[in-house]
Amino acid sequence: MDVRLWTFILVGLSFALYIGVAIRSRAGSTKDFYVAGTGVSPLANGMATAADWMSAASFISMAGLISFMGYDGSVYLMGWTGGYVLLAMLLAPYLRKFGAYTVPEFVGERYYSQVARVVAVACAIFVSFTYVSGQMRGVGIVFSRFLEVDVTVGVIIGMGIVFFYAVLGGMKGITYTQVAQYCVLIFAYMVPALFLAVMLSGTPIPQLGFGGADPESGVFLLDKLDGLHRELGFTAYTDGTKSTIDVFFITAALMVGTAGLPHVIIRFYTVPRVRDARVSVGWALLFIAVLYTTAPAVAVFARTNLLDTVAGQPYEAMPEWFSKWEDTGLITFEDKDGDGNIRYVGDADANELTIDRDIMVLANPEISRLPNWVVGLVAAGGLAAALSTAAGLLLVISSAISHDLLKRALKPDISEKGELLAARISAAFAVVVAGLLGINPPGFVAQTVAFAFGLAASSFFPVIILGTFTRSMNREGAIAGMLSGITFTAAYIIHFRFVNPAADSPANWWFGISPEGIGTVGMLINFAVALTVSKFTSAPPASVRELVDRIRVPGGTG
Amino acid sequence: MPHPNPYWARNLRYLTILLAIWFAVSFGCGILFADALNAIRIPGTGFKLGFWFAQQGSIYVFVVLIFVYARLMNRLDRECGVAEE
Repeated sequence: MDVRLWTFILVGLSFALYIGVAIRSRAGSTKDFYVAGTGVSPLANGMATAADWMSAASFISMAGLISFMGYDGSVYLMGWTGGYVLLAMLLAPYLRKFGAYTVPEFVGERYYSQVARVVAVACAIFVSFTYVSGQMRGVGIVFSRFLEVDVTVGVIIGMGIVFFYAVLGGMKGITYTQVAQYCVLIFAYMVPALFLAVMLSGTPIPQLGFGGADPESGVFLLDKLDGLHRELGFTAYTDGTKSTIDVFFITAALMVGTAGLPHVIIRFYTVPRVRDARVSVGWALLFIAVLYTTAPAVAVFARTNLLDTVAGQPYEAMPEWFSKWEDTGLITFEDKDGDGNIRYVGDADANELTIDRDIMVLANPEISRLPNWVVGLVAAGGLAAALSTAAGLLLVISSAISHDLLKRALKPDISEKGELLAARISAAFAVVVAGLLGINPPGFVAQTVAFAFGLAASSFFPVIILGTFTRSMNREGAIAGMLSGITFTAAYIIHFRFVNPAADSPANWWFGISPEGIGTVGMLINFAVALTVSKFTSAPPASVRELVDRIRVPGGTG
Repeated sequence: MPHPNPYWARNLRYLTILLAIWFAVSFGCGILFADALNAIRIPGTGFKLGFWFAQQGSIYVFVVLIFVYARLMNRLDRECGVAEE
């Protein structure tokens, strides 16, 4: 059977599975809709969190990015996993004890302020929309490349599926479909990785094969790759080109941003008890780590294969996948010296080949000539990753609108049924907006990822920490902290990414910190401003101090 | 002066120790001292130690840290009589 047929079958089967799961887990109440009735087991929640967290970017782009960045790619590996340690120790147990439905709800109650709540709602909605448009685009790419349908049709099909289970089942439907999606995506990621590990290093475990040797020559893969890189004029794979301070700040911003992302935080509201929240973060990171420790191995295998297949080879001899990706414009070859051979080198003026980093994982099975069904499986996995993350984000948007704005701020006397209907309508609205953003992506989608993490790091993280670990932090301090952190971070990113992109280089950055890493500075500013302002303004009321004491100790969660 | 809430004081002590390890394996071994550690190789593999911490080791340690914290806190919950049913 050919690749296209396999892809249709595997994608179709996986979609049927998600719909089947969704029908079995419909939401009957707002508690079901927002937090799955707080009845999810820690293990299932861990799996759902892993699928929620691992987006199209983790599945499709990350290994490719690392394979082009080498050591510098470590910022994503450490940054997108280390945040879970912060989450487990500093956030999840206390937020679970507090027992809210959303992140803005915690901010509003702890800081006894509607202003703080609304600022938090605005941050949550902005961060989530930024993120979700990227997911919808990932769906479109997979459809257009593997099923050869138009990107628009692909996005509409994806929207239809998400619409079905997010609107019908809310958090309950999302949670159990995410469990299924985790299984699909991790299987789809591991199968080609195992094939590659056996082919390149003679061991089936990618994490070991990564440090292993070529079975024929006995040369270690990493040494071989460093050698090839030097020959072609790239920086050695295991060295980086980024400065140490920049790597430090980017890693910190991604870690803190991860811990501050609302769609990740609310997952830990769904388990029954505080102790379940703690251990559930552990399960989540374990399931994430399976993919995140495999990705750098895949990166090395892919890079080695790519260099072996294309560098210095005649253009005429390129296999079929090469021309297919050329059709999509994601690979371009320009024969500058006219000799018909592909010169792929570090020097930009002499280099003749441009490869989009995003295609590495998708193209990998074809580059390595794996069986057709593996290619179809990777397509189904990429869709699982994109859809599961999109659904989690859409739920944050819908609950921010129906619960935080409508129920808590505008219309407190709304009935349970009315709120559930409002939640469904706002979820439907969010799906449509996200789909439109996916079909017509604003040119800055890729650039705004730095925004999402920077904003989460510089807004939510400090106020939640201060709200739990100090009893004296007050309304004024929290609002001043959030606003100053966000404003600083946003101004820095907007300046270098949108207003004056020509100046976006290490020479002009403050202390050599890139816009990706500036969220760390924004977070420090937030902490400093909040602590200073709270010293000079009135202390929070006694009821809030009691609330903090209650949050710190488990017991009595409902 | 003894902390008014012994449960919270113990929790803070666990946090300090575990987060120090968290910082040491990632920001320490994986970033600040990566170049120095790269002079060492993990025997029998192609891994330079700093590179390995940055792309593998730190992640394994993160997972272990969370499970250790969860266990320590479960024990503390029972000792202080605040464990949940």
